[in-house]
Amino acid sequence: MNRFADLLDMLAFTPSRNAKLSLLQDYFRTVPDPERGYALAAIARDLDIPAVKPAQLRELISSRMDAELFGYSYDYVGDLAETIALAWPEKTGTISGRNDAPGLAEVVETLQASSRREGPGLVEAWLDRLDPPGRYALLKLVTGGFRMGLSSRLIKQALAAFGKVEVNEIEELWHGLTPPYADLFSWLEGSGPKPVNAGAAPFRPVMLSHAIDARDFEKLDPADFAAEWKWDGIRVQATSERGISRLYSRTGDDISAAFPDLVDAIAFDGALDGELLVARPAGGGIETGSFSDLQQRLNRKTVTARQLRDHPAFFRAYDLLQDGAEDLRAAPFAERRLRLEAFVSGLNPERFDCSEMLAFDSWDELAARRADPPLAVIEGVMIKRKAAPYLPGRPKGEWFKWKRDPYLIDAVLMYAQRGHGKRSGFYSDYTFGVWREPGELVPVGKAYFGFTDEELLEIDKYVRNNTIERFGPVRSVRAGPDTGLVFEVAFEGINRSSRHKSGVAMRFPRINRLRWDKPPGEADRLETLERMIDGIE
Amino acid sequence: MKPEDLLIPRREGLYCPPGDFFIDPVRGVDRALITHGHADHARAGHGHVLATSETLDIMAIRYGADHAGATQAAGLGETIRIRDVTVTFHPAGHVLGSAQIAVERDGMRIVASGDYKPRPDPTCATFEPVACDVFITEATFALPVFRHPGAADEIQRLLRSVSRNPDRAHLVGVYSLGKAQRVIRLIRDAGYHRPLYIHGALQKLCDYYESQGIALGDLRPATVDAGAKGDFAGAIILGPPSAFGDKWARRFPDPLVSFASGWMQVRARARQRGVELPLVISDHADWDELAETIEAVSPGEVWVTHGREEALVRWCTMHGIAARPLHLVGYEDEGD
Repeated sequence: MNRFADLLDMLAFTPSRNAKLSLLQDYFRTVPDPERGYALAAIARDLDIPAVKPAQLRELISSRMDAELFGYSYDYVGDLAETIALAWPEKTGTISGRNDAPGLAEVVETLQASSRREGPGLVEAWLDRLDPPGRYALLKLVTGGFRMGLSSRLIKQALAAFGKVEVNEIEELWHGLTPPYADLFSWLEGSGPKPVNAGAAPFRPVMLSHAIDARDFEKLDPADFAAEWKWDGIRVQATSERGISRLYSRTGDDISAAFPDLVDAIAFDGALDGELLVARPAGGGIETGSFSDLQQRLNRKTVTARQLRDHPAFFRAYDLLQDGAEDLRAAPFAERRLRLEAFVSGLNPERFDCSEMLAFDSWDELAARRADPPLAVIEGVMIKRKAAPYLPGRPKGEWFKWKRDPYLIDAVLMYAQRGHGKRSGFYSDYTFGVWREPGELVPVGKAYFGFTDEELLEIDKYVRNNTIERFGPVRSVRAGPDTGLVFEVAFEGINRSSRHKSGVAMRFPRINRLRWDKPPGEADRLETLERMIDGIE
Repeated sequence: MKPEDLLIPRREGLYCPPGDFFIDPVRGVDRALITHGHADHARAGHGHVLATSETLDIMAIRYGADHAGATQAAGLGETIRIRDVTVTFHPAGHVLGSAQIAVERDGMRIVASGDYKPRPDPTCATFEPVACDVFITEATFALPVFRHPGAADEIQRLLRSVSRNPDRAHLVGVYSLGKAQRVIRLIRDAGYHRPLYIHGALQKLCDYYESQGIALGDLRPATVDAGAKGDFAGAIILGPPSAFGDKWARRFPDPLVSFASGWMQVRARARQRGVELPLVISDHADWDELAETIEAVSPGEVWVTHGREEALVRWCTMHGIAARPLHLVGYEDEGD
């Protein structure tokens, strides 16, 4: 358990993405099967063990220690698993150095072979045999309480780097694999064959685009390309085979459970690439909701009847990858597109339609359409080479995204936080605000990139010279109508949010320009942001 | 006599009426007895200071030789008479020179232990339990969640991180008195003999520890003159944690911030401070040690001060020991 506990601790405290990748690779390299596989399953949240409920843990600890002392401790630490892990009184009195501590594999295999009722008793016996870090890992494991900020993409990248294979190979295989993944590891180590994905309705790695550059247009002949709207939803893949239907995110996570309304409407054999949106039939057409409508449906494990009714999931198809037994990915886009139109015409029109193609003869003509999209939920245009096959990853020169210009506001720097790693010693993460009332700034967002290294030095100096208060790593910066630093902030979207004091939340904000010239009193007002939201809605 | 006639809390600190002195007063007084050199216990500006010779040296290093009108060194175990009471200093095991102060009159003995830790520390004399009627204990880490792991194991975690990250500079946050020298000594005891780089704020106290026979090995200033930026790759640099958010930290390649403190036991504390490698190394007694110490001293009554008084009072009550919180102000429970 201790190797796993160490891994969890290091992943939790390491801010750098590269360092996390290298920690995971080290772990895969040094820890044998099946333990490494169970660890992988645990951090990828792919481990099915009978869960122990927080109330059962409280019962365990109250049988071991005074409730009042536990109460003081829990108040102080604030996390139930951590409090129990630290305060658990061992029967023997020794804290570390026991050589009969259970390993991760023993814990997982025993739990898998046990009933939910046996869980708490097993956990109690293990708690006695583990040291505090081991107990913490155990408790997080049995409560399913991992929140480490590790994306499934990052985990797959670590596996790819470990085995020196392409990440899309991992993504393609992932859903046919089961813990502890011995076949996957033996392939990655070169001692076994590549596992065959035997699961029905597998994920097919997604083709991605490059942002187009103004200079690219000179080299590209409009006649070679097709264009369509770029919808501001989430990119998904709907697949169905042998009666099994799945909805995948673009990184291959199975998100079917959150969208039963859409998955139930999958009545085909094949694989579609498209955009997940909230939309419903209205007036003979389809009325597409905004991204914030879609957000009501995202990041949820379960979905309520009300959400299904008010925010129905909808699939706007971009591409057809598989039609029955036929793999179309090698065919050119133009041909796939014709097949797609025929394919989608046979699907439930309340849940599926085809992305509209945009006719154009010149890049100027396309630019004009991009400048005037019919709906705010369109975030630009996609340009696709008619001859391009469907290639996994981000191949050069085939697909381009041409996003609409970002939204811009002028906001005032309010707080600055110290960075990590290469940015240690610099105030590099900024909270900025706009005026709600004259004299009252309200924070509306946070940004930590978009500026150059030279600009970082200037901002850092400004922060240090204009600090009002410090709270740990955060400084509050002088910000009033006449003194303060104005940022031009660029962002991709904005919506209402009850979780933010200002009531608004920006998507993908970054510092576009430093406005040393602008008096803070002339920065934007909250009303302006609210009007932007009204415009989008 | 009642114990309250011998020592009572006042705004300035713990006061002894029959001896007319304060223990660790937080503001200038005529006569002060000082347990150890940390700034919240040892302040400048007293008329007369009685402390161990090490604590007096440390106060002189920090505040200048004229920090008090007069000073007097107390030898450990030496009985000193002040008016109608006798006082004796006993080792507290907290930092170099730290002492518990036993105050006695008419057969009533109270031990003010200051800050203490019972586990051995290669940089100071080991704590000794002193039998008494009233034991005044600190409560900095008085919650059952605080059980400090072995310091040598924590140092191993640091050294493993250094070998795993040869391109990064390890910045280890340490308080300049006590923690810094103990961590350095522990690193040496773990067999690491390469140069250690120290922030300027640590220099004088490290020099002083060396002069007292505590070998710290090859210490060099962590200045850019000592080398170009790349030269700190794979190096261990020690400094006060406050320096890490400062421009000072920019001279190091891809710094990995560590912090040696008992507070690092709690994950949220480490995260709040942006610590990437928390090391649980404390100069205070942990929960089990507080309980064991109270049992070993076996006092008639326990007075609990600075920290989580309520939990330790609860423990005493559960174990049939009379105890009450002693509300003293001005001591920081962050100082570890």
